[in-house]
Amino acid sequence: MNNIHTSNAATEKKAADSTIVGAENYELPIVCDIDILRTLIRKKAARVVDVRKEEEYKQGHIPTAVSMPLAQVLSKDSEGIVDILESIGVSDKLPVIVYDDTFGALAARVAWTFQYVGHTNTSLLEVTFSRWKDSGLEIENQINTYPKTTHYLNINQEIHADVSYVENTRGNTNMILVDSRERLNFLTEHIPGAKNIPYTMLGSNGNILRKPDEIKRFIENRGLSSESEFITYCGSVGTLSGLAYYALKLVGIKNVKLYAKSFREWKSLGKPKEEFTDANYWDLSAE
Amino acid sequence: MKHTATHGSEYRNISPSKPNQRWGREEETEIFAQNVRRFRQAKLSEDDFRRFRLQHGAYGSRLQLNYSMVRIKVPSGEINPEQLEKIASLSESFSIGSAHVSTRQNIQLHWVQLEDVSEVMRGLVEVGLTTREACGNTVRNVMCSHYAGVCPNEAFDATPYSKAIARFFIRNPMCQNLPRKFKINFACCEDHGLVRIADIGLTPVIKDERRGFRIYLGGGLGAASFIGHSLEDFTPEERVLPTCMAAIRLFDRHGNRENMARNRMRYLVHEMGWEKFQKMVLKERSIVEMTTAVSTAKLFDVKDNDGPNLPAETMSSHSLTKLPVLNDHITPEGSKYERWVHTNVVPQKQAGYFTVFVTLEAGDITANQLRILAGAIRELSTEGAARNTPQQNFAIRYIKGEDLREFYERLMSIGLGSPGALTITSAVGCSGTTSCNLAITNSHRLAKEVQRKFIELGFDADEDLRDSTIKISGCPNSCGQHEIATIGFFGGASRIGNAMAPTYTMLFGGSAGEQGNLGKAIMRVPARRVIDTIKEIIKTYKNEKHDGQTLNQWINRIMNGEGTGDIRNIEDMKRLLLGVTQLPSIENEPELYKDYGNDVKFTAKTARGECAA
Repeated sequence: MNNIHTSNAATEKKAADSTIVGAENYELPIVCDIDILRTLIRKKAARVVDVRKEEEYKQGHIPTAVSMPLAQVLSKDSEGIVDILESIGVSDKLPVIVYDDTFGALAARVAWTFQYVGHTNTSLLEVTFSRWKDSGLEIENQINTYPKTTHYLNINQEIHADVSYVENTRGNTNMILVDSRERLNFLTEHIPGAKNIPYTMLGSNGNILRKPDEIKRFIENRGLSSESEFITYCGSVGTLSGLAYYALKLVGIKNVKLYAKSFREWKSLGKPKEEFTDANYWDLSAE
Repeated sequence: MKHTATHGSEYRNISPSKPNQRWGREEETEIFAQNVRRFRQAKLSEDDFRRFRLQHGAYGSRLQLNYSMVRIKVPSGEINPEQLEKIASLSESFSIGSAHVSTRQNIQLHWVQLEDVSEVMRGLVEVGLTTREACGNTVRNVMCSHYAGVCPNEAFDATPYSKAIARFFIRNPMCQNLPRKFKINFACCEDHGLVRIADIGLTPVIKDERRGFRIYLGGGLGAASFIGHSLEDFTPEERVLPTCMAAIRLFDRHGNRENMARNRMRYLVHEMGWEKFQKMVLKERSIVEMTTAVSTAKLFDVKDNDGPNLPAETMSSHSLTKLPVLNDHITPEGSKYERWVHTNVVPQKQAGYFTVFVTLEAGDITANQLRILAGAIRELSTEGAARNTPQQNFAIRYIKGEDLREFYERLMSIGLGSPGALTITSAVGCSGTTSCNLAITNSHRLAKEVQRKFIELGFDADEDLRDSTIKISGCPNSCGQHEIATIGFFGGASRIGNAMAPTYTMLFGGSAGEQGNLGKAIMRVPARRVIDTIKEIIKTYKNEKHDGQTLNQWINRIMNGEGTGDIRNIEDMKRLLLGVTQLPSIENEPELYKDYGNDVKFTAKTARGECAA
């Protein structure tokens, strides 16, 4: 099995170091590799956010990380999110790196939320916590707190889609609706016109996302143009589709939105669905 | 070379995997991706694309041509741990998170989006696997008995021949456009293997110290099935390739290319008459032998040893190692481990080694299960490979007696510790309405239901039932091999008034092996009554059996009109079962009008089959 993206870690590290030197607010890439994160931690120049459950955080986490479980983020409105950022000592430009232990889906949802309220300098760690730990990298147990900061609220509607926005994609060939759920869920029912890119396609070998050229090929194989607007959704609160959001960003697609309330809301509002009932595909699963 | 790795606290040897045989080719994946795009842009016609797609192992899914069933060829059923792990990750990424073992030693990934098929192929090539010519009018996966090499009764290991034949015909220009698909099966001995139900079946034999085969031609299961004919008493090994080439050439020249429903070689043999066809094959073989270039003949390369050094055979059939915990009577209430050993493990001709069967349900296995199984093979099988079986299970060979419990515990940890792999409970079921265009009923689910119920009833522990088999197809086309089962079923529909019910035609008395027979259709049974019907048959058998007669023997006696109890012949049997098999009106029994897996009313929906495309 491959280790963590070794692509050209050495060169990237050099690049990271030289950019960071003297620059307080290093501009993060979409996915942050381990070397950049370790450099930033060493220089105390970033906030690391652990979105697992608090008990898991207490048993060991990446050095300097604060605990901010997904559930807590989901329970807040936009102002509440800004309060969170302030409470963990994030100023307007500070690099924020988010990680989880759920193949990146929870981290993606939190990172997207931070970016939505205006903290653009947010990134996903390229690996899960388990992967970090299994690679023998540093872990600590202490509970970290940081002095309160102030942070602006600057809602970024460009990355958000609500139900009426999704309804308007119908018939518009330049707007592509991506369903990130697994194949059998998609076959059962989905929003009419959606394309299925299961989240299971996106990661590999412990990396939360594959190499960009692979993801790019998946998009091209589907005949989808990267000039189009993409809107991702999944089953409930936008975690799986959050990961898909970042996968699409990673391959350079400019216009990507997350339908954060996803299929759960769509169904509860009684919106139309496409269903496929002519085959008993669930009986093929050995689960 | 042996490495060591830790498992828990103890150190274990890791056996090297069988080498990757490189069946796949990377350029084919790119061509596939290109052709999907051309097809989507309407630059490639639907018919041309379908032919191309099938040639590359992607079969259209049930009423949804945007999805494919990707059929991975596993020549001789032999597959190494890295290949199993790759299939696990491909099934998670692009399929449904489970893989499916077919009845012809393929492994299938279902509901793969057409646009992702090339990605699956790409992954397969990395570990040497291919989907090339897994469907379409080609030489399909070449099968070999999963006991070959370890069977106490075999003349020699047929596996190298089976692989050499597969290697010779894959991508061979002579079989890129046959009238119809072509199937070749190797056995290990008289009993194990499907030699009579293939276009070409071969059983290894030694005559006057020379290696050779008994070859059968023109067999096959389908809407109309035939048992293969014996070509000659003995075909020496050097004539194996010319014989196969001769049969394929004749089929290519004379096969019916007009009527897709009757164009397998067995129809040609049937219409022409066996004697005539036999003469033509022998003549054609002489021509092949005279005209085949030496360089071509050399492409048939039988490599006797392509894997790790395995223990030499030391046992004759008379002195097999006893199973470690073999009690004469296993009870369902007794130790689970003993029950499993009794029904899933057989001794090999190599002293101290055993073949372990992994019980799957209708051939389905999850990605996680595949990974753990791969690890167990690496650490506990000296062979470094698994074989998949036409009973839709895995056979893991070369397990030492002292490792059986460890192997069992690993299977238990992933929910694969069910007993019964070698007994009546291991029901076969094709994919049916879960993914196939031709299916009428959900045979796949029914096979699972039968297996669960019969294990619960302890039928696996019953010696009387051990040599009986149950096989279920979702339509008459026999992918579930219902015609070689003791009790077989194929799906259909019955109408009463305006209501349609899923039903199965039940067959009795089929068997595999060199003395194989086709089962005969007895009567129709509502899908929801299949389990009760089998139970009723077993109950009656228990009352009537004598002299240690097994269920299989009892059924065969009745088929011959030689029953000695109240049930003497088929007519008696039908009368007995009428009560349970009768289909009442929908008002009286609405449940009988729904198939397994469906809450809604049954409809018999099918679409064009692609076997014949």
